[in-house]
Amino acid sequence: MENVESNTSMMANAEATATCWSCGTMRAVHFCSACGKVQPPEPVDYFTFFGLSRRLNLDAVLLEREFYELSRKLHPDLCARADKREQEWSLEQSSLLNDAYRTLKDPIKRTEYLLRLEGVELEEQSKAATEKARTTGEVKKQVVPPDLLEEVFELNMQLEELRAQKKLGEDDPALIEEIGKQKLELEEKYESLSEELKAYWNDWDRLADSANEESRLKVRDKMVDLLNRRSYIRNLVRDVNEVLEN
Amino acid sequence: MSTDRIVGIDLGTTNSLVAFMQGESPVVIPGEDGLNLVPSVVALDARDQIIVGNAARKYLIETPKRAIYSIKRLMGRGLEDIRDELKLFPFQLAEDLQTGEVLRIKLGEKTFTPPEISAFILRQLKRNAERFFNAPVTKAVITVPAYFNDAQRQATKDAGRIAGLEVLRLVNEPTAASLAYGLDKKQNGIVAVYDLGGGTFDVSILKLHDGIFEVIATNGDTHLGGDDIDNLLIKVAIDDILGDANLDVSRNGEAVARIRKAVIEAKIALSSQLETTLDIELPEGKRYQREITREQFEHLIKPIIDRTVGPCKQALKDAGLKPQQIDEVVLVGGSTRIPKVRALVEELFQRKPHADLNPDEVVALGAAVQANILGGGSEATENMLLLDVTPLSVGIEVAGGVTDKIILRNSTIPASATQYYTTQIDGQANVAIHVLQGEREMAKDCRSLARFDLKGIPPMTAGLPRIEVKFLIDANGILHVSAREQRSGKESEIEVQPSYGLTDDQVESMILDSFDYAEEDFRQRQVIEARNEAETILAALEKGKKTPAWGNLTSDEKKKIAKLEKALIEVKGEDDHSAIRKAIDFLNQGTMRLAELMMDTAVSTVLKGKSMDEADMGEGSETGHPVARADFE
Repeated sequence: MENVESNTSMMANAEATATCWSCGTMRAVHFCSACGKVQPPEPVDYFTFFGLSRRLNLDAVLLEREFYELSRKLHPDLCARADKREQEWSLEQSSLLNDAYRTLKDPIKRTEYLLRLEGVELEEQSKAATEKARTTGEVKKQVVPPDLLEEVFELNMQLEELRAQKKLGEDDPALIEEIGKQKLELEEKYESLSEELKAYWNDWDRLADSANEESRLKVRDKMVDLLNRRSYIRNLVRDVNEVLEN
Repeated sequence: MSTDRIVGIDLGTTNSLVAFMQGESPVVIPGEDGLNLVPSVVALDARDQIIVGNAARKYLIETPKRAIYSIKRLMGRGLEDIRDELKLFPFQLAEDLQTGEVLRIKLGEKTFTPPEISAFILRQLKRNAERFFNAPVTKAVITVPAYFNDAQRQATKDAGRIAGLEVLRLVNEPTAASLAYGLDKKQNGIVAVYDLGGGTFDVSILKLHDGIFEVIATNGDTHLGGDDIDNLLIKVAIDDILGDANLDVSRNGEAVARIRKAVIEAKIALSSQLETTLDIELPEGKRYQREITREQFEHLIKPIIDRTVGPCKQALKDAGLKPQQIDEVVLVGGSTRIPKVRALVEELFQRKPHADLNPDEVVALGAAVQANILGGGSEATENMLLLDVTPLSVGIEVAGGVTDKIILRNSTIPASATQYYTTQIDGQANVAIHVLQGEREMAKDCRSLARFDLKGIPPMTAGLPRIEVKFLIDANGILHVSAREQRSGKESEIEVQPSYGLTDDQVESMILDSFDYAEEDFRQRQVIEARNEAETILAALEKGKKTPAWGNLTSDEKKKIAKLEKALIEVKGEDDHSAIRKAIDFLNQGTMRLAELMMDTAVSTVLKGKSMDEADMGEGSETGHPVARADFE
């Protein structure tokens, strides 16, 4: 993965101008650069926690190294003999570190997280829809991405047919093969979406500091659309697997 | 330094061990019997005294109703979880047990919860360590199966508290094993740990990077191990006996205990031999004899060991790795001595597994390494840091009885998640949250961890309150929940009802109960001290016999000393410290003249009246004493 950011260490970005509760000298954000004591956590987003700006391209190797370095400063194992307060902070800080790392290292989670920071309620929307479907007892309706409409329609027909056959204790090898082929195509499409997403990352990062709000929103919406399509395909493949395996 | 000694404890299903870091390498602390393994067996003797370990084993056969093994299988479990276990294990539940209550097991006329029984084992280990260091031990790292859930972990921590140990960390067994291995070979790479013990199975995949041990994925089965092989063999034998001798021994506790002992021996023998014989004495003067070949054995146990395949594949999948990407495979747990198990592991990971370290001891050794890290580290553990994961997802129950997962399995711990809640009706003051653990879709299929009741929400219109609930899994893999109403900024009160487990009050009262046993500990320590003193005087006497002074004693004097010596040797093996003391005093009196004779005439006046052991002083700070010179005369 290429790093659009400059080559400066992330650690350098993480410098802050607060004072250490213990020794009073200037400290890095999460621990004191002079005495090493863990500092009380501050409510920051995951990018800020790592001293990163909100960009989608990031260097996974550098992120991992940074994660290990910070773990060596913040992990509760290293504070087992510290006073209760510092132990508490270490627990909170390292959980924040782990949560942040888990989210940022995964390209999809990272994108979803950034979109949420930008005010898009991805998860909540789907959650709300799921809740509603559960309470009303209706099947959750997902909007079929237009470019998949035809394929999905056909695949659903075939799945219905296979289900019916299986109920009667028979199955048609030709039909299974046909469904398997479509599944493969879907999986390929799913993979290709990741590439497509990376193209949007570049657009987003390029526009990150630009004043062109309209272009930024356009890229944002494209990413939302892509993630929706992606989760739609994922659910579809899951359905196919269920029918094939049962 | 010595006051802050932290020990590492492997609290196993079959055996338990305590270890510590001696200089740069971890070592197991042996028990008084000189053995490293303390069998996880607890018995109540005829005087209602608790007996633990090797000494307790004979009670399994002699008085099966007063002895218990494999208690780990019941840790953190409820009545409905263990129905199947009860058919296979001679656990006897208290008759007045209520549903939802923590299990209580009968031992003779008394009943104990699983954490209390585990605490007896821990107390024995603590005692062994104290004897070894000759100093109190109050802090420990205890290992648990990686796949232990929250309740099982909490129960283990409770056991530590009841035993008078501050549990600084619960460490996952396979991870601990990797620490022990990693100590020697500081190298980077991907390691898989396959841990098949007495009662539990774990598989963990770790990434080693410059001293960081990062667990990427873990999986397992907390009810799969050597016990299951034993139970299967027992069942085969019981069926055989019924068929051949027309004798139903299934309800005869003593006979089953004998069969169990014999099949375990056969199982162990078949790891090194191609065949063995089962030879069991039965009631009515009958005898059960049967040849069993390794091939037959392997055929029998295949369904059991095959159950480890699924978790291994899932762990690989969760780690996003193919078997070829694993650099090393490590075997842990006694059941990995079975050749068929090794073959299975080799096939699964396409690589010959390592078993350089004793699979029974490696977990305890790793716990000692982690104890050292927590204690501030040393040169050997410098830069070593363990990053473990939570084995199971944590979720909350939402509308429709569905689980909404908020912390996914294999998340590095500590890990947290924040959820927001609101009210459904005007002025609602309470919100109930049901926390679950597991991978299944429906709440009823997951394990209930606890029900939280958020209380004291300020009266507001429905939907207006915004209650922030924070779920945090700590480095022990134990969940903590805190809540805050955001509009009022008020910290909400949370009432927790653990679904399985002891409340804090219950644990406190068990700690108080355990003071009865603490007194027992104190007595034991007095015995140990008296015994040590007896050893010293006996050794001094042996030395004295080789000096010219011995020849100056009359034969009557020598006879009298021999009598007193014999008396002390006899009494020192018993558990009565005052009797030992008395015998020491008598021997001291009886050897007074010998001590005097041994002294240089020049100083004999000064030392007149000194007793035998004081006069020896061949060691320590008092070397150079005249007696030392007397040796050369």
